[in-house]
Amino acid sequence: MNAKTSKRLNMKERYRIMTRDLGWEPSYQRYEDIFPQEGFEGIKITDWDQWEDPFRLTMDNYWKFQAEKERKLYAIFDAVSQNNGQMKISDPRYLNAVKLFITAVTPLEYNAYKGYARVGRQFGGVGARIACQMQSIDELRHTQTQIHAMSHYNKYFGGMHDFPHMFDRVWYLSVPKSFFEDASTAGPFEFLTAISFSFEYVLTNLLFLPFMSGAAYNGDMNTVTFGFSAQSDEARHMTLGLEIIKFILEQHEDNVPIVQQWLDKWLWRGYRLLSIVGMMMDYMLPNKVMSWAEAWTMYYEEAGGALFKELERYGIRPPKYADQTVIGKDHVSHQAWFIFYQYGHATAFNTWVPTAQEMDWLSEKYPDTFDRLYRPRFELLAEKAARGERFYNDALPQLCQVCQIPLAITEPDDDTLLSHRDTVHDGERYHFCSDGCRDIFHHEPEKYVQAWLPVHQILQGNCGGADMEKVIGDYYRIEMGEDNLDFEGSAEQRRWAAWKQAV
Amino acid sequence: MSVRANYANYRGPVRDRVENFHGNQLVYVMWERHLLFCAPLTFLADPAMTFDAFLAEVLTPALAPHPESEALDFAEAQWRLDGEAFTPRGDASLADNGIGHKSQLRLITPRLSDLADAAI
Repeated sequence: MNAKTSKRLNMKERYRIMTRDLGWEPSYQRYEDIFPQEGFEGIKITDWDQWEDPFRLTMDNYWKFQAEKERKLYAIFDAVSQNNGQMKISDPRYLNAVKLFITAVTPLEYNAYKGYARVGRQFGGVGARIACQMQSIDELRHTQTQIHAMSHYNKYFGGMHDFPHMFDRVWYLSVPKSFFEDASTAGPFEFLTAISFSFEYVLTNLLFLPFMSGAAYNGDMNTVTFGFSAQSDEARHMTLGLEIIKFILEQHEDNVPIVQQWLDKWLWRGYRLLSIVGMMMDYMLPNKVMSWAEAWTMYYEEAGGALFKELERYGIRPPKYADQTVIGKDHVSHQAWFIFYQYGHATAFNTWVPTAQEMDWLSEKYPDTFDRLYRPRFELLAEKAARGERFYNDALPQLCQVCQIPLAITEPDDDTLLSHRDTVHDGERYHFCSDGCRDIFHHEPEKYVQAWLPVHQILQGNCGGADMEKVIGDYYRIEMGEDNLDFEGSAEQRRWAAWKQAV
Repeated sequence: MSVRANYANYRGPVRDRVENFHGNQLVYVMWERHLLFCAPLTFLADPAMTFDAFLAEVLTPALAPHPESEALDFAEAQWRLDGEAFTPRGDASLADNGIGHKSQLRLITPRLSDLADAAI
């Protein structure tokens, strides 16, 4: 520290001292021993000083800003609970989106906190370390504030009671879990490319805006308020995402093919993960915001297209198979909801056939696909349900070895045939939902042969035996008839009707 | 390609090797263009079981919720095994039919009803 600073430091000085000045040159330990993970991915860094600090924020200011945001946030949470905010939502079916969020997304925030804490330790550059440290704390804050935002609903609705337990066990939550663990077990540069760039910079609008706007359109004040409180953090995270990509690409030309492969991989993985957001938007929100296809066009094709155009000067091309995402935008939300509908006995939320009015909205938003392929399916299911034969699929689905989603997505060039790829590696056969997931496997087979596929784990007897009711009830802790099954006739629907009569 | 790891010769356990299934194996079945079943199905089966027994005891009950299951006649069906055309021998075991652990069977049936228009 500079001993002559008796007066207040100016901003620039203060910033330098509180960030870059915290580093030092090692004298008696080797650089590779201090930062053992910096080199193995093959990324070449020639000068960490070229790193432009994305946040321009010092730790003391960081605490001050965040504390102010917390005060406002918790004041609103208090007001919502004192005014029975749970009764202000549009329709009790809406809460199923919140259940999906707390079980599938909030644990990712916690994993992000751990991930940034780890990789922040691994960079030789002080600027990158500070940025990761702040993002790590942000992610922990998001975990906590999301839990607090949703805990009010947990008092009145099912499916939210055991979310960390479910995240580690329930079949569909293995999709977000394995996505994040893939990133967390990668090297530090791939982690930042995966999470900061591909997910937070390129795809975050497709996760955050649908949930937060969905909350606003459906009277969920707590989630909207959380969203506002997180917005400035997210803006910082996006800046880090862009900085890391530009920094790596500018450091050495050998980095370009490595980064390109990561961009191909993580756009595909993120796209697959976001299928659940697609179905949330198109099927779970009683008051719709926009369709998944519209969101993909606006946030990926247009915004992402401009971004990849900008990266062309580094020798980067748009991610491989991006064209398949554009074909898929008219299908994935329907196909995803269809999975959950038929395995709705093993979900910690309710499922349903869309109402006639909702189906008309889907026809309008999906003129090329809904009436031809998906409406007839839902009409058949509605008929079955009306006869008292609500369809639950008792046979287990075949899963993709990489994304872990059931092979429920159709071929890009044939929308009545399920897409399937396979390969034999070391004498063992592996199956995939797509070219994208197969390529990811081929690139690092040693990693994905270890995948914990929920269906296979059940059949190995590792989830409490062969009785599916026990797997669902005891192993997953989804309470039969309380948390799961069709919304029609559910405990949730009955309670809501009783409460509405009481007020 | 091979994984880039932080140490040499990185390997992890092969989580789904046949030894982990206690004498059974996995068989996947896709009933092509019958999308009432959102995905191909995964079954646990004894490799010594005959193909006919597999159809009768394992596959038939699983397909029962489909409205076309009553009209489904396996004698009229075509099969593919792991991407190749396949003619099963009903009285031979799964193993003798070449249906290995994690093999995928495709069931291809002629048009059975109007549900085929929407590939249900």
